[in-house]
Amino acid sequence: MERNRSSSDVLRATCWGLLVAALLIAGIYIGSRGLRDFDPALVPYAGASVFAAFGIGYRYSMWLQRPPTRMYWFRGWQVFLRPSRIPGNIVRWIKLLLKEILAQNFIRNRSRVRWASHWFISWGCLLAAAITFPLSFGWVRFETARNSQEIYDAYVFGIHLSSFRLGTPMALLAFNVLDIAAVMVLIGLFFAVWRRARDRSALAEQQFSQDLLPLVMLFAICITGLLLTVSTHLLRGAHYLFLAELHAVAVILTLVYLPFGKFFHLFQRPAQLGVDFYKHEGATGTRALCVRCGQDYASLMHIDDLKQVEAQLGIRYRLKDGTHYQNVCPACRRKNLGLTQDALWHAAGRGPVEPPQPEVLSAQKGA
Amino acid sequence: MSDLAFFIDYSRCIGCQSCVQACGECDTHRGRPLIHLEIVQRADSVQTTPQVCMHCEDPICARVCPADAIKQTPDGVTQSSLKERCIGCSNCVMACPFGVPRYYADINQMVKCDMCYDRTSTGKKPMCATVCPSQALCFTTLEDIQKKRRGTTIREWTFGDEHVKTKVFVVVPAETNTVHIDQLRRSVSPTSAGAKPRDLYDVAELLEA
Repeated sequence: MERNRSSSDVLRATCWGLLVAALLIAGIYIGSRGLRDFDPALVPYAGASVFAAFGIGYRYSMWLQRPPTRMYWFRGWQVFLRPSRIPGNIVRWIKLLLKEILAQNFIRNRSRVRWASHWFISWGCLLAAAITFPLSFGWVRFETARNSQEIYDAYVFGIHLSSFRLGTPMALLAFNVLDIAAVMVLIGLFFAVWRRARDRSALAEQQFSQDLLPLVMLFAICITGLLLTVSTHLLRGAHYLFLAELHAVAVILTLVYLPFGKFFHLFQRPAQLGVDFYKHEGATGTRALCVRCGQDYASLMHIDDLKQVEAQLGIRYRLKDGTHYQNVCPACRRKNLGLTQDALWHAAGRGPVEPPQPEVLSAQKGA
Repeated sequence: MSDLAFFIDYSRCIGCQSCVQACGECDTHRGRPLIHLEIVQRADSVQTTPQVCMHCEDPICARVCPADAIKQTPDGVTQSSLKERCIGCSNCVMACPFGVPRYYADINQMVKCDMCYDRTSTGKKPMCATVCPSQALCFTTLEDIQKKRRGTTIREWTFGDEHVKTKVFVVVPAETNTVHIDQLRRSVSPTSAGAKPRDLYDVAELLEA
């Protein structure tokens, strides 16, 4: 929950946003060899990307200024970069990438339809992004060879990477990879709409702006993109310019929405890898024992860090006897609530005949 | 959600587990019971205590969430973490003063009682309150509860110096305005690291003792 942003936080976030945008502009200028490889027809895409870079930098900075986020961000890196553990951590990181990001196993455990939907959408989008952003920035370009109209040369940062002949499988792949990405996203969208139309939980909780608008945007991009291919191959280029403009509008609106809507989780989710390292460190370190039942309930590092975060947030859990409420395990907190009510009734003289149990928390009547 | 509200009377709980079974059948819970039913101290008492989310006005679980994943509905119901944001850190599990959120490692997500939002958002009772035979969990109007129960209902708490106001009410003696939890009387001495106390919930062990 965003709370009381001070103007200095906003200023800092604005600076980070501007820095990220400036870095992207510099990257475009250098990567396109002083704009020599930059395609002016793609200026709207590059411009929207620069705006998105600003928004992502701004929001990420605001996000990191929240005390709990800042704590986990620094702790995650601290644990990961501990010199004695770096080799093991890198191996663990690769395994996590395969399991959590590539296969997205944790989503499959939630629901297979949700997993299918998310897997196709995410990998379709990432595949498309891997091609379109470098193209828009002038980092990658294709051109016909000087000595043959049948051969295409591919350049990356102005360096000749490979050549392929028209009509070969490589050419088919190169010219249609965005169509493949669009079909992947459409398959994912089909599963998403199928689930959202039938799942009673989703029906009760989903919101248009948060859950449905992103699907509409992706659908608009995919359909207008595929229609460009249809226009080229089946309609002899009919309405191509109109469709290209429509596609550009859909993409630009999505890029502008990127930092502020649901898609921002693309940049937040890697934090779950940091949390995994943090948990692993906690599991092998000193444990916290509940002051009431004596049972192990969390890592001591987690509890101590949480106390710091709570202090920064103004959450005052220190009890009168000096105990910190954070040192009580969740199960004991629940039991105490029942016992507290019991003690109140006893104190009111209408409670049970037996005296309160020795473990009852002291509970006082309100003023 | 009209003028219906949720009321807990811990002293009425008979530990029948109906609420736990019904909770798992709620559409938004997907087979996972999210209510807690605690056996308070088997050695000394038969008391059991149910715990649903109290739906705080300014939820501490949301304040300590690093992913900003916990949101409230316009009618004040604190939802489970947003699936696309929750990074599974368990801060909310540890910080909630009522011990409500649960973390499931298999789905790497915190889920919690959402007052059966698919039902209560359309005027139906939550599953647990629907099946509770002793009405320790009750979803009704304030007027109805005042007419039928002795005492009063409160929704203000202090945990140390932390003041918490909740959407859910608890039945307490009359003239109580706020429940203060100021001290913790330890029933078990803090143990040395690694040593476990006697299991106070193992009935077989208790019978042998």
